[in-house]
Amino acid sequence: MIKHLVTLVVLTAGTSLYAQQTITGQIVDETHTPIIGASVFYAHQSIGVATDMQGKFTLTFIEKAPLTISYIGYKTQTLTPQEGQSYHLILQPEESLDEVIIKTKQRNTTRSIKGTTNSFTMNSGELLKAACCNISEAFETNPSIDVNYTDAITGTKQIKMLGLTSPYILIAEENIPSVRGASQIYGLTFTPGTWVESIQVTKGAGTVINGYESISGQLNTELIKPATDRPFYLNLYGSNDERFEANIHGNYRLNDKWSSSLFIHGNVRTGDHDKNHDGFLDMPKGEQINVMNRWQYINPEKGVVSFITARYMKDNKVAGQVDFDKKKDKGSTVLWGSEINTEKIDLSTKIGYVFPDLPFQSAGLQVAYNYHKQDSYFGLNLYDIKQNSLYSNLVFNSIISNTLHKFTTGLSFTLDQYTEQVFVPGIDGNFNRTDNALGAFYEYTYDNTTDFSVVAGMRVDYHNRMGLFATPRLHLRYNPWENGVLRASVGRGKRLANVFAENQIFFATNRYFQLEGNNGKIYDLDPEIAWNYGLSFTQNFHFIGRKGDVTLDFYRTDFENQIVVDADYNAHQLLFYNLDGKSYANSFQLEVNYNLARNLNLRSAYKYYDIATDQKTGTFEKAYQPKHRFFANLEFTTNEKDNGAHWKFDFTYNWLGKQRITTTEQYAEVNQLKSSSNPYSLMNFQITKVFSPRFEFYVGGENMGNYKQRNPIVSASNPFDTDFDTSMVYAPITGSMYYAGLRFKLD
Amino acid sequence: MKKLFLTLGLVLLTTAAVSAQEKEQPKQVIGVKGLCEMCKKRIEKAALDVKGVRSVDWSIADQQLTVYLNPKKTTGKEIQEAIAKAGHDTDAVKATDEAYNDLHGCCKYQR
Repeated sequence: MIKHLVTLVVLTAGTSLYAQQTITGQIVDETHTPIIGASVFYAHQSIGVATDMQGKFTLTFIEKAPLTISYIGYKTQTLTPQEGQSYHLILQPEESLDEVIIKTKQRNTTRSIKGTTNSFTMNSGELLKAACCNISEAFETNPSIDVNYTDAITGTKQIKMLGLTSPYILIAEENIPSVRGASQIYGLTFTPGTWVESIQVTKGAGTVINGYESISGQLNTELIKPATDRPFYLNLYGSNDERFEANIHGNYRLNDKWSSSLFIHGNVRTGDHDKNHDGFLDMPKGEQINVMNRWQYINPEKGVVSFITARYMKDNKVAGQVDFDKKKDKGSTVLWGSEINTEKIDLSTKIGYVFPDLPFQSAGLQVAYNYHKQDSYFGLNLYDIKQNSLYSNLVFNSIISNTLHKFTTGLSFTLDQYTEQVFVPGIDGNFNRTDNALGAFYEYTYDNTTDFSVVAGMRVDYHNRMGLFATPRLHLRYNPWENGVLRASVGRGKRLANVFAENQIFFATNRYFQLEGNNGKIYDLDPEIAWNYGLSFTQNFHFIGRKGDVTLDFYRTDFENQIVVDADYNAHQLLFYNLDGKSYANSFQLEVNYNLARNLNLRSAYKYYDIATDQKTGTFEKAYQPKHRFFANLEFTTNEKDNGAHWKFDFTYNWLGKQRITTTEQYAEVNQLKSSSNPYSLMNFQITKVFSPRFEFYVGGENMGNYKQRNPIVSASNPFDTDFDTSMVYAPITGSMYYAGLRFKLD
Repeated sequence: MKKLFLTLGLVLLTTAAVSAQEKEQPKQVIGVKGLCEMCKKRIEKAALDVKGVRSVDWSIADQQLTVYLNPKKTTGKEIQEAIAKAGHDTDAVKATDEAYNDLHGCCKYQR
């Protein structure tokens, strides 16, 4: 709904004509025509009147009480009246709605005070702040999600929520679970940032509509919609570490119902970079080609919206020792090298229907087919995985008696067919399997439209491996006072761990792999089950005339069962077993956002994580996870000129406390590491010069302080030795990186 | 005999009432006076509290309330009475002075 903005001009303050204890006045518009029925009231005392046929009003005088004058279509403002005064006020018409929204209302990250779940939406503006490149890099300006370095070989960044990595986060694309199974580790790098319209982030137990797997949170990416897409978009990017990217989008509107968009993405990384002189490439070389074609159909009269999307992606990476030649050295022990080649095909369709004459009732069907194939080797270790999956979800939304009580219900069916081949020390085998699940869900929402709402969801699934089980989720929201919101949530999640796909970082080690199952459902192991509890309080405030908000979050995840990935039992081994004892993750976050000055926004957060798991040899704090983190982001935009030209400045600071390093006791003395890392900080910046709505240019830098982990690869000089390990990474491997790029768009 | 006629008459009357109810449209647009966002909340809440009202939307600009109702359970008249009780004049029902005076200053629309 339109929010009316506020300004008013006090022209003349006439002399006292009336008795004391009152104030009077006349309200007119810009043509000096009296405004009839404008509201004149004391905002805090609930006293007020409407202006009469001459636009006049008389009110009791209240000392130092601000008086508000408002009328639809006109700017509102507040003044502190003088006793016995008469006012002649000219109201100014509201500016055109679009302009007001763009200049003052739109924020890159929006958190609703109304929503029941602890969610916020990052729009494309927020994604542009990281300039690049795919969604694994999109969260670097966001305090709720931590970006972590996974290993010293693939250069992959992994995200964490509440201290837990992506297998415990449900990552969906347009509400279809996308980063899962075979794509668990690299999946986020397969969606170019320029394709994204917005990302919705939900902390804690999410909705049951998208499945039972989410535990610590949900991320949903909405891609650009053909019906609202611009005709042409070009983005070029290059960095000093020789990464080059190009994105080209084209859109075509066939008629008022059908439109189509074509998205083409390509990136290459060339050149050998070994700044730390350990003989290994600091990041892999390779290329990715990614093409997507979307069709959208809209028929407002019939209430039908539909999407058809087809996508192809091919990604090749080569990593390892600088002189490694894949044709000559693959499979030999002369030089260590690695290749990860992935191919993906996605086909999906969505259809939504709103019942005519019942705008509160709708139905939707989503069907997606996904093919994912990864062939890879890491030195002498081999890992191939192929996944064919089918996802379908039928959703029906309606109300119970009235719109205060809403419900969503539906059925889902998923089928996953895996062909998996693992050849590592200790394991040589095929782990082929087919999983399927049929589920039904029901979610009830009550909202009293003022200060209280509840979302209660339940789903029941029958899974060929896990049997019949229930997933309950509950969210509550209460506004104890104005601009304050208290949220609570509790929920259960259950999933089968794809232990190899999720722990690919250990393939680039010479560890001895051991599956210590108990004849469980998958790899002899049991499903993972966890409960997540959350409490969050947000207060919006005004301080010295500027807006801000403060949020306190506390979340706890308790594992009933977890697949413990134990790298601490012995530095030469990697064990997988069912949790015996306790495993929990506590996360606390204090976030403060404040508008420091006109066009200057500060976002800051302190995060505390307490994550521990009972392992075979004791209780271990989570490795490569700082207990304390501090985050700050400053954003400054200059005023827009008439032609739309302006500057944007963005600066992000991250401080990471000490991190535990997994045991190195069994290594040769020269290879041993300290048991924890030193704290360090990272600084990123970006400057964008917008020349016009059509053209902009940006430059930026990452890790400006040039902090590097000194020896990210254990036994780098002897990669076929048992000590060789590339998984012990807690800091950037490459030093500072600078980039530049441009965006060109036609509207 | 008298009793029979009386019963018959009653039956007829009820039938007439029922058929009158059946004419009630599930979607109705009612003029409702108000001024601001605060009024919107109060008007919509008052309407939603009427049993049989499914969905409502009041537009400040149009001074109109779009209602979806269950014709078996309520009527447009009943909804208008509920809104008037909350202090807002509608097409068919005028709010009492007391109800109007109870409104927040910002909602004192021109009568």
